[in-house]
Amino acid sequence: MITRRRMLFLLPAAAIAYPYVLAGTPESAPNYGSAKHWWGMLLQVDKCIGCGNCVRACSAENNVPEGYYRTWVERYHVTGGPEDSPKVDSPEGGIKGFPPSPYTGGKNFFVPKMCNHCVDSPCTQVCPVGATLHTPDGVVLVDEKYCLGCRYCVQACPYGCRFLHPVKRTAEKCSLCYHRITQGLTTACCENCPTGARQLADLKNPDDPIHEFLRTHSVQVLKPHLATGAKAYYHDLDGSVR
Amino acid sequence: MLNVTDDFPVMTYFCLTYKAARKPGGGLPGVSLATFKDAEHIVRLAVASAIVLVIFLLVRAHFIPKSFGQYGHYRGDALAELTAKPIHYAGHQTCEQCHSDVLDVKKMGKHAGVNCEGCHGPQAKHAEDPGAGKPVLPDTKVLCARCHEANLAKPKNFPQVVTADHSGGEACKTCHQPHSPLLAPGEKKKS
Repeated sequence: MITRRRMLFLLPAAAIAYPYVLAGTPESAPNYGSAKHWWGMLLQVDKCIGCGNCVRACSAENNVPEGYYRTWVERYHVTGGPEDSPKVDSPEGGIKGFPPSPYTGGKNFFVPKMCNHCVDSPCTQVCPVGATLHTPDGVVLVDEKYCLGCRYCVQACPYGCRFLHPVKRTAEKCSLCYHRITQGLTTACCENCPTGARQLADLKNPDDPIHEFLRTHSVQVLKPHLATGAKAYYHDLDGSVR
Repeated sequence: MLNVTDDFPVMTYFCLTYKAARKPGGGLPGVSLATFKDAEHIVRLAVASAIVLVIFLLVRAHFIPKSFGQYGHYRGDALAELTAKPIHYAGHQTCEQCHSDVLDVKKMGKHAGVNCEGCHGPQAKHAEDPGAGKPVLPDTKVLCARCHEANLAKPKNFPQVVTADHSGGEACKTCHQPHSPLLAPGEKKKS
């Protein structure tokens, strides 16, 4: 119970603590307020030309081992009704672009894929040691010093965005170029996309063009029925894409 | 009853206390022999539990990093480590600080939205020390085709050519200026 005597002690204590409460949690990088950002990405399917620039840029920026991809591009060929499953190919993740389409007719398009940086990410939930983490600014990352390489997260990701590094034997995934975005740069894939099909979005920044886009366009996320809270927003996404 | 060799630390403690209590006038104050005889098993269990708890807390404090739990169920220091990774793509803002002449050409043409490193590759080293690591000029035959080679899956409004028919293996920059790619000065567009 709070008596008058206890109140006398509590008030100065609260006064001392208040500035620390206001200051929030300590920051990981100087001049970067992780509480001020909430990162996601906008991917416009109608702009993707399947050049593979994003895949090459991601590999170079993050030293992704050959044959593994943190981001990749898929080519869809959709015909007929719902019973016809779409034909999907992604030769080497699209890192060298795509050969001419073997199909004629139907609907053909490219879909860039990457980690969806889910708010309720299944991969984070299953990690037994706390090596997969959800940062205060909404990015899902891997602490490779803490990762055991048990592959639970690889199995848990419904989007297939994770793999085990063949040398380090730790889980690997898109980091949304956390080392770049915390320094005011955009991600390597967005920097190198020639058509602007990929755009980094800061959902907490009121000046970010994403808000205008979300108001005026319809966007979809992959596998919405799983309620993962995916933050990779796709525009003009065909219903056949999984 | 007591196996000192099997259960050394717990039993040693208990034996000493028990022996002290048996002596007339000895033992801890308030602890008589009778109390011990009735509650012997409880005391043994309590002491064993306390020792296990202390060992658990010490081991836990030793193995769990200090920053664990700072932001969530993970090592807070990991964020700083991931932030400190090296950058390979300097970003077009950095390029434009020195190469403003290219920017002037580029921003007038169709390639205004294409960033420098999209074609010229990662240039963070070059940006740090322009003398070292001079960028290699890309081969336009390969480079341009990556985007502009005709493909059914590309958006219909995106300019595409079948390079074999269009140029017959000739490098694209023979006719086009890559930074502003409509036909080179003095050359007329084919009807």
